[in-house]
Amino acid sequence: MEFEPVIGFEVHAELKTNTKVWCGCPTTFGAPVNTQTCPVCLGQPGALPVLNGRAFEISLGVATALNCEIPRETDFDRKNYYYPDLPKNYQISQQFRPLGRGGWLDIDLGAEGTRRIGIDNIHLEEDAGKNIHPEGATHVDYSLIDLNRAGTPLLEIVSTPDIRTKAEAEAYMKGMKSLLEYLDASDCKMEEGRLRFELNISLRPKGSSTLGQKVEIKNLNSISVVLKCIDHEIERQTDILEEGGEVEGESRLWDEAKLVTRTMRKKETSFDYRYFPDPDLVTIVVTEEQKKRIAEELPELPLAKRARFAEQYGIPEYDAGVLTANLQMADYFEAAVRAHDNPKSVSNWMMTEMIRRLNEAGEDAGAADFAVRPEALAELVRMIDDDSITGKIAKKVYPLMVETGRMPSVIVEEEGLKPIDDSAIEPVVRKVLDENPKMVAEIQDGKMKAIGGLMGQVMRATGGKANPQTVQTLIKKLCGVE
Amino acid sequence: MSLPKVDHVGEIGEERVRHVALLSRLELTDDEVGRFARELTAVIHHINKLEELDLTGVEPTSHPMPLTNVFRQDVVVPSLPNEAALSNAPEQRDGCFKVPQII
Repeated sequence: MEFEPVIGFEVHAELKTNTKVWCGCPTTFGAPVNTQTCPVCLGQPGALPVLNGRAFEISLGVATALNCEIPRETDFDRKNYYYPDLPKNYQISQQFRPLGRGGWLDIDLGAEGTRRIGIDNIHLEEDAGKNIHPEGATHVDYSLIDLNRAGTPLLEIVSTPDIRTKAEAEAYMKGMKSLLEYLDASDCKMEEGRLRFELNISLRPKGSSTLGQKVEIKNLNSISVVLKCIDHEIERQTDILEEGGEVEGESRLWDEAKLVTRTMRKKETSFDYRYFPDPDLVTIVVTEEQKKRIAEELPELPLAKRARFAEQYGIPEYDAGVLTANLQMADYFEAAVRAHDNPKSVSNWMMTEMIRRLNEAGEDAGAADFAVRPEALAELVRMIDDDSITGKIAKKVYPLMVETGRMPSVIVEEEGLKPIDDSAIEPVVRKVLDENPKMVAEIQDGKMKAIGGLMGQVMRATGGKANPQTVQTLIKKLCGVE
Repeated sequence: MSLPKVDHVGEIGEERVRHVALLSRLELTDDEVGRFARELTAVIHHINKLEELDLTGVEPTSHPMPLTNVFRQDVVVPSLPNEAALSNAPEQRDGCFKVPQII
């Protein structure tokens, strides 16, 4: 029997605020352990939470961008469970009246167009602390807790189980990450755990409309890991179903060392969270005027920017998609084009030389931190355009720009890569023609293909520093075919 | 463990007491389970008195005060020093709270 996967995601995004969601402690990543806490986020008796207005505002922006319905009234509930990284013994979340419901995200499937994935709800909650498991020692019987992260605003975005393929899962994750970056809602650094995807996956016979038993998988810290995990779960669940077994409803963890998922806890022993409204926090009323203002203040979103790039800069739709998939990349492109108006060439350099290097640097590497600044790329393209250097030399200069972060004009000067003066090219061309009488004859016979061979030799002889246009004109002139 | 939402009218059974004790990380003796079942049943009977009131048209209330939209500015205030944060910890190590091992 052929099975199809039914996939949904819970996205957890730490919001980009200065302070935690219920107290004024900072949310800086990597601070010394337990130095960003106070009585509120330590869960001390009597300490009272007060909602961070900025965190709520950012959340409303995300809900609006994801086409959610924002209710007039929203409030916070306690989710009760015991875990050492949760000092209050409850997490403040939104169970009964979340701030957004029933939206969607259009995902980009390349040649297949876009597909609409439903958003069930969006709610604001708090992150837990961090458990540190001492490494090395074999007989360790303790864990260490760092509560710096406890109380960091965490936005949870729950999709409906609309995703059917790995390609759709990838497009959803990338689309969501891109949107959160565009909205400046989150840093989205997955390696730092600022953005986390929790996968829900079940199988059902292809064509069936019922839902199979779902399994949820946590501990997925990059998009590529989620994709590996989908492959693994499809295989694991298919094996179980084909042998006539039943998939167990449970939470599983991804084990990156073994490339498998393993049981974390069974649903039957899972917690009964006993949600109830948090009496320490008050209801938030969102007015129609506020919703309208937030919608008006939304920045240009990925799909709109993509259409504008293709239209305004005359670059191919595909290139516009790549350049706008990421806000840093899009800003980089526009900064370079502002400095030198040749969008096609700027785009080409970015699509080839730059993206390859960023990909090599990992999923979290962004254009904003790239060694070659937009102004430097613009200068390089300008130098090619005004014949200050040849395209071939530019290819040599670029890696040096990446390595040193210096401007191309400086590198060309220092490395002696300036093009040779046109008057100096003629002797070289004459020499090459003298050495290749056969090819000269071919050209004089009208076989223009031979010009390419001679040009190659001239370029080699000049170390690529001759202007190709000049070389070609000279060859034709000296062969008498001009 | 899955239990019905409500035990039969106004009754807290021993099974529910054990379930709630597990959720609350309380270790109870068999005697205590029996005692809490009786006592909590009495509490429920008392609360059930409220069911006799006619509450037609009364909105559910989770908060006694007519307050909405209380926000805090997103401005950093100084946190506690590490020693102060850990001062009530039964055990500590390397600047962290030390707890029994979590797998």
